[in-house]
Amino acid sequence: MITSTGWIIITAILAASSCALVGTFLVLRKMSLMGDAISHAVLPGIVLAFLLTASRNTFPMLIGAGIFGLFTVWLTEELSKKGRIFHDASMGIVFTTLFAIGVIIISLFAANVDIDQECVLYGEIAYVPWDLWVWRGTNMGPRPVWILSMVLVINISFITLMYKELKTYSFSPQLAATLGLPVGLIHYGLMGTVSFTTIASFESVGAILVVALLIVPPATAYLLTDRLHRLLLLAVLFGITSAVGGYYMALWINSSIAGAIAVVNGMQFALVFILAPRYGLLGRKLAGRRVNKYEPGKYEPGLISHPEPEDLR
Amino acid sequence: METLIEFFSLQDPNIRYVLAGTILLGVSAGALGCFAILRRRALVGDAVAHAILPGVCLAFIFAGGKDPFMLILGAFIFGLLSMATMDFISRNSRIAPDASIGMVLSVFFGLGVVLLTFIQTTGFVDQSGLDDFLFGQAAAMVGDDVLVFGGLSALILVITIIVFKELKLVSFDPSFAQSIGYPVKRIEFLLALLMVLVITAGIQAVGVVLMASMLIIPAAAARYWTDSLRVMLLIAAGVGALSGVTGSFISYTAPAMPTGPWMVVSAAFVFFLSFLLAPGRGEISRYFQKRKLSRRVACENILKTLYSMEEEDGRTDRVRPGKELRKRRHLTRRTMKQVLSSLLRRKLVTYYGGTPDGYLLTPDGRKEAKRLVRVHRLWEQYLSQHLQIAEDHVHEDAESMEHLITSEIEEQLRTSLGSPELDPHKSRIPYDTEDNEPSTSNSDEKARKDKGGSPGYKPGGKSGMIQGGKSGNRAGKKGKGGAS
Repeated sequence: MITSTGWIIITAILAASSCALVGTFLVLRKMSLMGDAISHAVLPGIVLAFLLTASRNTFPMLIGAGIFGLFTVWLTEELSKKGRIFHDASMGIVFTTLFAIGVIIISLFAANVDIDQECVLYGEIAYVPWDLWVWRGTNMGPRPVWILSMVLVINISFITLMYKELKTYSFSPQLAATLGLPVGLIHYGLMGTVSFTTIASFESVGAILVVALLIVPPATAYLLTDRLHRLLLLAVLFGITSAVGGYYMALWINSSIAGAIAVVNGMQFALVFILAPRYGLLGRKLAGRRVNKYEPGKYEPGLISHPEPEDLR
Repeated sequence: METLIEFFSLQDPNIRYVLAGTILLGVSAGALGCFAILRRRALVGDAVAHAILPGVCLAFIFAGGKDPFMLILGAFIFGLLSMATMDFISRNSRIAPDASIGMVLSVFFGLGVVLLTFIQTTGFVDQSGLDDFLFGQAAAMVGDDVLVFGGLSALILVITIIVFKELKLVSFDPSFAQSIGYPVKRIEFLLALLMVLVITAGIQAVGVVLMASMLIIPAAAARYWTDSLRVMLLIAAGVGALSGVTGSFISYTAPAMPTGPWMVVSAAFVFFLSFLLAPGRGEISRYFQKRKLSRRVACENILKTLYSMEEEDGRTDRVRPGKELRKRRHLTRRTMKQVLSSLLRRKLVTYYGGTPDGYLLTPDGRKEAKRLVRVHRLWEQYLSQHLQIAEDHVHEDAESMEHLITSEIEEQLRTSLGSPELDPHKSRIPYDTEDNEPSTSNSDEKARKDKGGSPGYKPGGKSGMIQGGKSGNRAGKKGKGGAS
């Protein structure tokens, strides 16, 4: 039997791994803030699903949120293309407006909505063990664990199936387009998985932590490696360790688990940022010194033999 | 209506406070947001707004309560710290700016949440108001708050006006500013300082999450209406103020309604209207511009087709049946009708109603058609000569460029190519001087001889009409490059 501590840690680990996997591509594609936008913009979807079904049933909420997640992505792009404004500004317009609409709907029906904005922002990972899924009278364990496992499976299969395409796309969409890869499909597939990951995770860990889990572990890993598969593995590793570390830190100082996980994420990044051998602060300093130690004569021509004009003839 | 009068009579001091606070916030955030948008830093504001939370919490812990000055100080310090961190990360590593924004946002906010829960569990008295910082509580603003936040906003506005020129230059072209000796680093720091100040002032009213929108949305809306930064700043400030009024009015009439989100929604509404209606940049006006352009292109294509038919059989007097024109240009019957009636109105073609009926170029129309063919062929020649593009690849490009080349560009093309005789496909490039050249008069001779046999040409009234058209001829105005 798994204790409630166990369930919380499992939930956090599942959320962290799914987020790290898709977050890697967001960071590489320089679209990191899409996760932030989606996690805020789905609020009206969740509230509407809640009002329409009059229950806290998760699946309608996931669907409502999923629709609004993809809607956000689409609207951001359309607005920046048609309205000719920078992508980041159009994202800012779309997600804040949708979030504001969500808050307004909540206040309209404040009497019969028992979700509040704070819950959306911080999430309630501590209550995960009590959010049980009872199926035909059998206790199947916490519902978020099931949902997050499903999302993780989807993410892993999406990435393994589309690995090559995603790789090309995330380093150079232009190249991917020239090679005839279905760029639009890859883009919306990625955005779709980002939406579902964000939504599934933020129900338990909150909007802001989703952003932390999406961006910080991949960015940390990005300072350590140049290879995509290592990047993915390292990102997941950082995600999982921060989830576990954050839980115990929260236990220790008696605070919000989600917040503590984000703080641990930040500490991991700070450490790697300073110590990373090649791309860290120290590594760069050392590399700079190596260059400064240039000794005349050491790199004189002759080390590399230049072909003489005669050889060319 | 009564509530409206009641609201705007400003009898209730509370309304005065709230209104003053939200308007000042809207104005200062709107104005500063313009710089954020132009420098592509729209979401930095979002990150700073989130990152302020731990500062507020720490100030609360140190002051032991809600002291507005301490809270602002804490918020201000953390706002600057977060900006510095973002800058430091993206400057000293290969992490892209967007990722560093996201990291600072989430990690700082996570720290804030940890501190917030710490405060809540340690059981500080009077901690309830801290939540207001997350979602804003403009309605709860009292005299002191308005004084503090209003003072901040006023300060921001004054500074912005004083250093407007410097801010403008640094926003548009920092390297130029650097090169003429402006202290770019210091100006950028000042801008960051102002940004942090306005966010600090704003979170009280609209909250952490929605603060970014008060920076972005009014500025983005203002961008549609003008190309001048000064005007854009004014409009953005106006939109900000308007959304402040709307937000406070709605939350006054329905007290359950939150002010901040309504401010955002009304600003977004104004943005949407600007997006649709703004002259020049708005969607509707762009639709009409596009339609106008495509009409013009269609007209020009018909003129060109008529001219190339003349070129093929060397006769300027033969009527060209509408059916054939339509077949050559692949136009629908309807567009064809519109295009031809526009050409007839501008007296660039004439209609001959005999059998077979059809159309003829007027001299003005021919001049314009010649100009089009000329720039088309000049462009082709330019592409193949200067850019070494294969001859069979230049036509497509010239097909679209011919509608866009102005007389100045035409002049330049001619100078750089030395007024060539032939294009890469060995077709003659028609210049305006050829009007009096023997080759043309020869064909005129021929035409005159053929007159009797040709069913399509009736001298007299018709020819007067042919020569009559002068108005609305672009070639007349722009074609001065022709006779050199």
